[in-house]
Amino acid sequence: MFLDALSYLTDTSRWSGSNGIGAFFVQQMLLTVTSLLVAVLIGLPVALYLGHRGRGGFLAVNVSNVGRAVPVFAVLLVLSIGPVGAKEFGPYGRAGLATLIALVLFALPPIITNAYVGVREVDRDIVEASRGMGMNGREIFSEIEWPLALPVIMTGVRLALVQVWATATIAALVAGPGLGRIITRGFANHRTSEVVAGAILVAVGALVLEGIAVLAERALDPMRRARRQPS
Amino acid sequence: MTLLAPTLAHLTSEGPSAAVAAVPQCYIDNDWICGYYWKDYRTDLVDATTQHLWITVVSVLVGLIAAMPLALLARRFARLESVVVGATTIIYTIPSLALFSLFLPWTGLTSTTVIIGLALYSLTILVRNVLAGLRSVPDEVRESAQGLGYGPARLLFKVELPLALPVIMAGLRVATVSTVALATIGSIVSYGGLGNLLLRAVGNQFKAQIFAASVLCVALAVLLDLLLVIIQRLLTPWTRVGQEA
Repeated sequence: MFLDALSYLTDTSRWSGSNGIGAFFVQQMLLTVTSLLVAVLIGLPVALYLGHRGRGGFLAVNVSNVGRAVPVFAVLLVLSIGPVGAKEFGPYGRAGLATLIALVLFALPPIITNAYVGVREVDRDIVEASRGMGMNGREIFSEIEWPLALPVIMTGVRLALVQVWATATIAALVAGPGLGRIITRGFANHRTSEVVAGAILVAVGALVLEGIAVLAERALDPMRRARRQPS
Repeated sequence: MTLLAPTLAHLTSEGPSAAVAAVPQCYIDNDWICGYYWKDYRTDLVDATTQHLWITVVSVLVGLIAAMPLALLARRFARLESVVVGATTIIYTIPSLALFSLFLPWTGLTSTTVIIGLALYSLTILVRNVLAGLRSVPDEVRESAQGLGYGPARLLFKVELPLALPVIMAGLRVATVSTVALATIGSIVSYGGLGNLLLRAVGNQFKAQIFAASVLCVALAVLLDLLLVIIQRLLTPWTRVGQEA
């Protein structure tokens, strides 16, 4: 069965055309990148501000619990049948707007929770000491809280990335865009090799993204360089 | 097709002129909230909820049963720990639609396909929490028990597991709530509980059905979470002693 799936994946004619693997892959990548950027732009400033001021903790922490309990499938379906509709949306394909909104919604909880917790868990003694040294609020945030919280914040963004990729796959259940379409198409045509081929693509894509995110997280951590320097 | 079925039931004895008016307006308008839907489709809703519930419970239990020995092995052999944690991270990264589909060649269109996938997801959460829970047991407590002559098995069951219970239960709650939500994706192999109702509504755009299934799904997650909180309170009465005093 895996050999059938592999021969499906290596067949170049399967990759071309508007319903080929290539088109779905580009669609899913576009969806993932766009919605992660939007979620970071919306979620990070709010969560960082709340964390810095030490307010709204209940909301910031519980948004993740709520996000876990709500099924992605239901949200996608409500959005695509409800007000947003399932129309073509630029390069994002059918039900593109509904999918983008759902992706942003499910990317926000890990970003918000981790950014808030990351800033709050910066050692309060360090914050007090820097205040004693005459730093103002903005300096404390940019010089102390942000660099110390960055590893936790980046972990949140990484979780969001994986979540977005998974959600983009599920869009296929509402006949939306993305690589999941290869899986649902395989089910519709009773072609198990196509289902498995699609599943392999999605799974490998998720693992590659996770790997890249882990490497980026390491490269971006400012404290890592500091730790490495010989004292 | 299913949209028209319930309307016949409402052609009551009010005469032919009243027959059209007897079709509930919310079916005609395809409203999100439709009281008649909950009544007319009661058996569908009950069946779907029941399937959702047993798939969730079985998956989480299988995950828990598998997580225990894995966590104990990972704790015993330091080198195994990174392997176990790494492997569970990989599983957790794979999207549900893909994970279910990968088992298709072996388990086919059965509930086993969904249960294996969901059990693997809960396993990844539970292994970490069981490990963290066992780590949270203070060394002094462990050493005191050993000094009192507790063997490894008695130490585990009488001292370590009870003390680790709050952290394990926290993992169980996260695993259960996310399993309820993920089970809807099982509809791809026709075993998605309330997800089956959602998938059917993709074709006929039946809004009342989408709304009812979504609400029941979230309600099920909240109820199971509450149930686990109550179980935890009953299992760990000592954690409340300080508060009551």
